[in-house]
Amino acid sequence: MSSTQDANDATMLGRRTDGTQVRRPLSPHLQVYDMMQMTSALSITHRATGIAWSFGAALMVWWLVAAASGPAAFGWVQWFLGSFIGILVLMGVTAAAWFHTLAGVRHLFWDAGYGYDIQTTYKSGRAVLIGTAVLTALTWLALLISW
Amino acid sequence: MATFTLPKNSTITKGKHFPAPAGATKVRSFKIYRWDPDSGENPRTDTYDIDLDACGPMVLDALIKIKNEVDSTLTFRRSCREGICGSCSMNIDGLNTLACLKPIEDVKAEVRIHPLPHMPVVKDLVPDLSQIYAQLRSVEPWLKADTPPPPDGERLQSKEERAKLDGLWECILCFCCSTACPSYWWNGDRYLGPAVLLQAYRWIADSRDEHTGDRLDALEDPFKLYRCHTIMNCTRTCPKGLNPAQAIGDIKKMLAERVV
Repeated sequence: MSSTQDANDATMLGRRTDGTQVRRPLSPHLQVYDMMQMTSALSITHRATGIAWSFGAALMVWWLVAAASGPAAFGWVQWFLGSFIGILVLMGVTAAAWFHTLAGVRHLFWDAGYGYDIQTTYKSGRAVLIGTAVLTALTWLALLISW
Repeated sequence: MATFTLPKNSTITKGKHFPAPAGATKVRSFKIYRWDPDSGENPRTDTYDIDLDACGPMVLDALIKIKNEVDSTLTFRRSCREGICGSCSMNIDGLNTLACLKPIEDVKAEVRIHPLPHMPVVKDLVPDLSQIYAQLRSVEPWLKADTPPPPDGERLQSKEERAKLDGLWECILCFCCSTACPSYWWNGDRYLGPAVLLQAYRWIADSRDEHTGDRLDALEDPFKLYRCHTIMNCTRTCPKGLNPAQAIGDIKKMLAERVV
């Protein structure tokens, strides 16, 4: 009961009826809140796709460095990216990039002062989800045709 | 610091079961979070089976019925029973709302009731709000003016100036929004949260207030204001249909515009 983590910690101490101190519980949050609602679900996805996209950028650096360092290394990377798992990862990165871009545009509208009412928020959220699916599919269609 | 799990003393155990009276026709289960400081035990979930044919339509009606007829130890805040006092705010079926405004019929299966999320629990459904009240005090939610009012009357506003306060003055400080906000869960010691920021904006937007600049200065802080990431859980959950996210967005916009 001695370590204080933040300013809120003082409110974690209560009294029993007999006057002795008791540490109060923290009420449940993630455990009970509906996190699948459009608002928080898309928000956390925006963050996750940002991380995934950074990972995708690292993959691209790996590919470029391998191309610069010689045919053996490049061949290895090409083999990995062309394998089933490699393609799956690349598709995931494509979807993450599209989601993060579209959700980013949604954030720009909010920052400019538009689209805050809950109906518009849900509509724009749905648009981001549908847009991600359509644009990811189109990207890979274009890739497969030009392959 | 964000901790996604509950502390050891806060994990919820299985509690007691209070069956419906014999001959009950329309039974609904209410699973309610219980914690008694005197027990020395962890919080638990008690189940109360209630006959809806002998109960009022709202969740608060069921809570009052349980306290009156089934288990008088159940503790919760309530007062007006018509959505204007903000006392009975709690988490019902995964969303924060006022128990008095939430029809039982809106909940499909068993009715799960918890205190406002990520708050210190005083007892059962009663959270400690002292931190959030201190934060409200910090934004000085009252009219501040250096010039005296006209000697023959009050400070006047145009209809347009008054209209800017609509959607702000209606807030009843139930704190459903702040305790629905993941940012407030993880940084509630320094982030002011949607309810308090909406109150701050209520005075920033008031044409009679003469301290707009000071108020904006006080909010220009990476934590107090900018922990808002436009998650929008606040607006989604507000039982009064207000838009705290919009108010926070307007504050951010005013701060950006005064730099440009």
